[in-house]
Amino acid sequence: MSESVLKPPPHTAPTAFTRAQLDWVPWLEPLAAEAMTPRHMASLVDAARVKSPYFRLLARDPDALEARTRTDKDIFYNPDAGLPRAERELAAAATSRFNGCLYCASVHARHAATYSKREDDVQRLLDAGVGADLGERWNAIVAASVALTATPSAFGPEHIERLRRADLDDLAISDVIHAAAFFNWANRLMLSLGEPAAPSAT
Amino acid sequence: MPGTDGDVIDALVGITPGSPLDAIRARRPEARAHAQATYRALFAPETFDNVTAQERFAVGAFVAGLHGSDAIADAYARRLAESGAAAAVSEAIGVAVKEATTHGPYGSYPAGPLSRENTAGPVYRVSAAARRALGPRLAAALEHTHMLIFHPRDAAPGSLQALLDAGWATTDIVTLSQIVAFLSFQIRVVIGLRTLAGRPGREVPT
Repeated sequence: MSESVLKPPPHTAPTAFTRAQLDWVPWLEPLAAEAMTPRHMASLVDAARVKSPYFRLLARDPDALEARTRTDKDIFYNPDAGLPRAERELAAAATSRFNGCLYCASVHARHAATYSKREDDVQRLLDAGVGADLGERWNAIVAASVALTATPSAFGPEHIERLRRADLDDLAISDVIHAAAFFNWANRLMLSLGEPAAPSAT
Repeated sequence: MPGTDGDVIDALVGITPGSPLDAIRARRPEARAHAQATYRALFAPETFDNVTAQERFAVGAFVAGLHGSDAIADAYARRLAESGAAAAVSEAIGVAVKEATTHGPYGSYPAGPLSRENTAGPVYRVSAAARRALGPRLAAALEHTHMLIFHPRDAAPGSLQALLDAGWATTDIVTLSQIVAFLSFQIRVVIGLRTLAGRPGREVPT
């Protein structure tokens, strides 16, 4: 007798990309918070993530989760030079928009808008897609993220040169590569282990 | 276990100590260390639990192959052979890669304004011959993996149920999902950095 997937509680599925806060409901059983061992808890890195069904599900493979999270944090939060935080988030949002992950796109579009103060441009990316005209520097970052996200990859020297012309140094270009690559990891987990839900009206 | 002695990304890009890319990776030391730690957690864990080394490397070789035939695919195909997998399994993975290769991402959105962006593409089913060599559990994993690689927005509970029915427990599915998703990252970092290495630019100020 095999296990069964979960039937999510009644909810409204979002049908458009948004910067609004979304919930996420799992299709597989997360660990119960009270059943988590110290190793499971440590794998969350941030103890507050015990509230998240997504992280409690990934905690079933704690070594992979912990290493994933520490990779994520350094790519996006390391303040040492390179690409500004807003543009690391832009690469994450563009990758998520292209792969079609509404949940990931909502979180990282929100971050991109917060850090860049360019709410209209971020919203245009969500509404019109990765072909939206966001000004040359952002267009170059989006185009590089999209090319690297295609399977097989369409990323080539022309993307590097365009980023250089947009005044990115090689550390910043490496940050674009890592941010887009990381969201090819995150999108696949978010899309395939559960689904986004519009928060219930209160 | 094959391929755990050195940093896999450095090896696949060809980064040598003291090179410009070595210096760039050193500026994100946690990302560098933990990308490698993820590789170890998924391919050389302390305990394999219910997902065998051969299964992990079979999926790894399939994922790398779907990204194009090059040094990365060759490296994972070699690791599969070194994991102790039967020659018939290695061969079946090679056949499956040829049968399954396409271009992504495609797929459908929930009905609504995004429906106009729906893009059709193949749903992969392992051929009968490959299924005989791989067994039902690995065959189910490859079908799920193909969806994750090329059309992840088509993911649905039915795909997970197919894995459960083929003998993957919930925790095994988390590990399988991490293998596919992590390699989608690792392969893109390698492709990106290799392209950057081929176009040397300005020195990065320290």
